[in-house]
Amino acid sequence: MAIFLTKDSRVLVQGMTGAEGTRHTSRMLAAGTDVVAGVTPGKGGRSVDFGERTVPVFGSVAEAMAETGADVSVVFVPPRFTGGAVEEAVAAGVPLCVVITEGVPVHDAVRFRALANGRTRIIGPNCPGLISPGQSSAGIIPADITSAGRIGLVSKSGTLTYQLMYELRDLGFSTAVGIGGDPVVGTTHIDCLRAFQDDPGTDAIVMIGEIGGDAEERAAAFIAEHVTKPVVAYVAGFTAPEGKTMGHAGAIVSGSSGTAQAKKEALEAVGVRVGRTPSETARLMRSALSEGVPSSGGAAGAERPERGKAAAYGDRARLTE
Amino acid sequence: MDLYEYQAKELFGRHGIPVPAGRVAATPAEAREIAAELNAPVVIKAQVKTGGRGKAGGIRPAAGPVSAEQEAARVLGMDIKGHVARRVLVEAATVPFEEYYAAFLVDRTEGGFLAMVSGQGGMEIEELAATDPDAIVKLPIDPVTGVDADTARLLAAKSGLPEQAADTLEKLWRVLVEEDALLVEVNPLICTTDQHIVALDGKVTLDDNAYFRHAWEYAERTDSLEDRARAKGLNYVKLDGRVGVIGNGAGLVMSTLDVVAASRSEAISRAAPANFLDIGGGASAQVMADGLEIILADPDVRSVLVNVFGGITACDAVANGIVTALELLGERGHARPIVVRLDGNNAEVGRRILSEARHPAVRQVSTMDGAAETAARLAAGA
Repeated sequence: MAIFLTKDSRVLVQGMTGAEGTRHTSRMLAAGTDVVAGVTPGKGGRSVDFGERTVPVFGSVAEAMAETGADVSVVFVPPRFTGGAVEEAVAAGVPLCVVITEGVPVHDAVRFRALANGRTRIIGPNCPGLISPGQSSAGIIPADITSAGRIGLVSKSGTLTYQLMYELRDLGFSTAVGIGGDPVVGTTHIDCLRAFQDDPGTDAIVMIGEIGGDAEERAAAFIAEHVTKPVVAYVAGFTAPEGKTMGHAGAIVSGSSGTAQAKKEALEAVGVRVGRTPSETARLMRSALSEGVPSSGGAAGAERPERGKAAAYGDRARLTE
Repeated sequence: MDLYEYQAKELFGRHGIPVPAGRVAATPAEAREIAAELNAPVVIKAQVKTGGRGKAGGIRPAAGPVSAEQEAARVLGMDIKGHVARRVLVEAATVPFEEYYAAFLVDRTEGGFLAMVSGQGGMEIEELAATDPDAIVKLPIDPVTGVDADTARLLAAKSGLPEQAADTLEKLWRVLVEEDALLVEVNPLICTTDQHIVALDGKVTLDDNAYFRHAWEYAERTDSLEDRARAKGLNYVKLDGRVGVIGNGAGLVMSTLDVVAASRSEAISRAAPANFLDIGGGASAQVMADGLEIILADPDVRSVLVNVFGGITACDAVANGIVTALELLGERGHARPIVVRLDGNNAEVGRRILSEARHPAVRQVSTMDGAAETAARLAAGA
């Protein structure tokens, strides 16, 4: 199993005829993704030959969905057209819209997030997308650095996602979701934690955060209340100075808020083990899995322990043994 | 990007929001001229992008042109929390009868817009939020319908502002939307004794991602390494340590800085990271060369750590990029040790390419933690 994206997902690519769109559509196909359509306004009726498959191009998302049954859109259009492209996908009612584009104005993200209003799940913007290894990939996450398995991963950062996927490639992943590093994103850590908790194909969760905002703190509160599967975390940006944007538009410490230290403490307070480096985080995941994981499909739900925010990870492990 | 107060007020003026008469000055003589033109008592305000100017002595009243010149001379060059006042705003002194607080902002937590208005202005909003949180009215704003006259009237009424403030609130919302701002804050928004609403201060943060649809000309070009990097399209932040760091992906680079800082011990106590530099996904030879050039131009740098994870771009391509970059740099690439860690796709092929190139400054370490430690030791001379 997996979350949000499976082997049955039918993917359309907005901006497929652009250089990035073509390059990554080819990679998605190689990763096993069922890419069924491209969308480029004004280029409907053409098709693009990817060797093993020729993908038809439509002039609109609605047309592409009607003709091909696509239920996922991946957006590769330049920033100035991204807002319009996502609004079009939302209006067409696509269930999942993955926005890869970096540099999308925050106001556009706020607007398409509001318009989506629970009917379309938006992932991103400024994200690498998501991959369910062995099944499908929607975005730019490299498919050949890891394998299918039972770890779920949610991250603000692309390369840290790749790093962890690679370090844990022998164990493998159910789904890895890059939610993006912008101040306003469509899907949060919490959305992914909830989905992984409910996914019988996921045994444990890696959560990667970074400075800026309070998403990790809210995720910690959510974990305390709703997540029984083991969670290990990593937070980047301890050395970031106040008031400087560190690469990602959302990665900024403002005054005393959004610091890596506060996020680490919030996560540790609810029993999440937080690695000091990506490699240590991978080791923590290995030991979390070898300590005995609640079996998927029964024990986790049946023996969900009653506990407050301060429940220690160790207590949880004992209770679920 | 944060605007200076005078830039924020120029924006306010364009949107019909009343601000005190005044202009910005870079020299005491200019301040004197402006005060003479205004022909009234003035206030000299340090233009710095930080709070607490008043307490630091950066806001000074002046009765006329002569004292305006003297006060401007005192304020110009003043260092307020590490921000040097290069300009002052010379403004007609305006006496508040009442002070309020008004802000519209992007609410990261909810992924929407938020209005924050209070009948109690003047003090820091964080302080007010701590001492009297109920005094701040917070209202989520629908991103599609926005703030109309009715919403503005409701906001004013709820927060105890006079009716005539509603018009200004509606216009402040328009600044947020039309200027692609992440924050528009007025503290204090005042009512004068003759019942006029005036924005006595202004703080505006614009969205760097929205440059393409505005004719903004706020960028200050200097010869700093940060600006030189920006001109080459590189994402660089100067820090105060000695290990130059270059990597691909913002998250991985932030993580690399942390790992370098954490590898400090007594012996290598000064081996903190010297910079953040993200060269992005592709890591072509030219981008790698540009990045190394910026880092090696920093005299504080004693060693360089190149941390690349081959994801989309495989490590053999990255290794070839590094080899070509070092050829482009020539002698400049020999001055300081360069520790390279390559991992991910085709890592072994990449490492072999680097080994065979036998560049005297380059040494390879296969793990991120080990490479950070090595670079830290080299920077400390240990």
